[in-house]
Amino acid sequence: MAAAQQAAAPAAGPAEPSHGLRILLIWLPLALAADLVIWFVWGPHLPPGDMSNTAANQQFDIKVMSVMAAPVMLAVLVYSGYAMITWRPRAGGDDQDGPPIEGNTKVQASWITITSVIVLALFVFGTVELYSSNGAGAGQGPSPIWKPGGKPLVVQVIGQQWLFTYRYPQYGGFETTDLVLPVGQDVQFNVTSLDVIHSFWAYQLGVKADANPQVNNIAYTTAEHTGEVTVRCAELCGLWHGAMFDFGRVVSVAAFRSWARATEARMAKITKTLPPYALVYYPNEIKGLNKFYYAAGLPGAGGGFYGNQYYPNEP
Amino acid sequence: MSVLARAVTLTVAFLAVVGLAVFVVVHILLAEPPTVDFTAGHAAGQPVSMTIMADPVNDVSDHPDWVSYFVKSPQTGVWVHSTIWQLPSHTRINVTAYQFDTCDPLRNQFNGRVSGTVGNVMSVSGEAAGVNGKGISVVNSDTTCGVAHTFSVPELGINVPLAGETYTGKNECTQGPCAISTAHTTTTFSFITPGPGEYRWQCFIPCGLASVDGNGHAMSTIGFMTGYLDVVS
Repeated sequence: MAAAQQAAAPAAGPAEPSHGLRILLIWLPLALAADLVIWFVWGPHLPPGDMSNTAANQQFDIKVMSVMAAPVMLAVLVYSGYAMITWRPRAGGDDQDGPPIEGNTKVQASWITITSVIVLALFVFGTVELYSSNGAGAGQGPSPIWKPGGKPLVVQVIGQQWLFTYRYPQYGGFETTDLVLPVGQDVQFNVTSLDVIHSFWAYQLGVKADANPQVNNIAYTTAEHTGEVTVRCAELCGLWHGAMFDFGRVVSVAAFRSWARATEARMAKITKTLPPYALVYYPNEIKGLNKFYYAAGLPGAGGGFYGNQYYPNEP
Repeated sequence: MSVLARAVTLTVAFLAVVGLAVFVVVHILLAEPPTVDFTAGHAAGQPVSMTIMADPVNDVSDHPDWVSYFVKSPQTGVWVHSTIWQLPSHTRINVTAYQFDTCDPLRNQFNGRVSGTVGNVMSVSGEAAGVNGKGISVVNSDTTCGVAHTFSVPELGINVPLAGETYTGKNECTQGPCAISTAHTTTTFSFITPGPGEYRWQCFIPCGLASVDGNGHAMSTIGFMTGYLDVVS
């Protein structure tokens, strides 16, 4: 009865303005302006830039998410500001609660519809984006769902405390500390680790893939501009994690081929001593070496091999 | 419990927590080995000689069974248990590295390559198995007792695998810093310092055994198998 009286009370006073319309008219130009600023002014500077197709897609995704989020945030702020001004306490004013919105079908339906549309649209958008950029630069594990067509350049990324090295199996399997990539060509990163968990993060390329021991984690990208790439480990991996970074380069195809051939020749001597190229490595299992050490009666530095308790395959 | 007893208990507990925090900050977080200065009295353009040793044991720390580097002080000639070395910039550093430890396989054989030194080579003499000689550019630790530790400065591209000591019937080092009279290998190489800055260096043999798959303990503690070059102008 009391609620009915409260609900009926405003009807007896002066006519209420259309608050919803007022809020809409304040919100709409603000949201439009914010979205235009985000898309055209802020957007081109959003990380990680547009050096590769994966980076450009990530920048586009962040722009879309920001354009979606800004009107929502502005709606909250505008409503809050409007409520604080319009319904602020006044001297001698009404201190009663307003009418309850429970049972207001219009509000409930609007809320459910708008939020559902936004969430479902983002779900579809996100799925399409994952597909369109071959996994969006993220590690897809050993069996990628999304792959580029053609034959990509394969670069194996090997994490080790505290250094990344790179192997190029299509150029004799040489290994180097330099990451050099050709512009305009699909690249397949095979990311693994020799010890603990690292994460290969090539910032400007928009590539980030965990480097796990005994796991081949594949990520794709295509560099669209030449330039410098910052590589960092993005997984806390010990004392020198913060120093585990290097700088790669995206160069022209001709410059890349020239570099690859020269490096293959320069590294030929060390390449012969490397294990054959493989998707993962088991550095604690060097069976021939075990025999050598065992026969020589060598305990190894510090008193034992690494592995088992340290070394799993003692002779 | 009386008010006095509660106050005393609270005070003691508070002081214990504060004391523990101070201990952790001072004894662990701020603890650092001394900086060994190679810049004092250095004439511009002249090379600097630096002598270091890698020992299987040490008698100067709380962890005597951890492998460890020592450096000879240029001022006193005394072996100092430190891995922080202050060097002049744009200067040739001639390094003599005594290595008293036995060998282990490299986790990544790529680090058997000598790089970043003058001529990308090193010279080795002593009891190393199969790696004696001058102008060595690659050591295969999978087929010989070739590497015990490495001296590597990744940011500068420097990597020098230090030859292992086979110890067959030789006078073994059991006390660190090791006496030069005990069996060891000697590796010499030179590198040029870059501009001013701090450059971390480390060993790439996982010699911190029994900890974090070989990369804990000595490998992860400044003053043992890792440190930094403090290059100043």
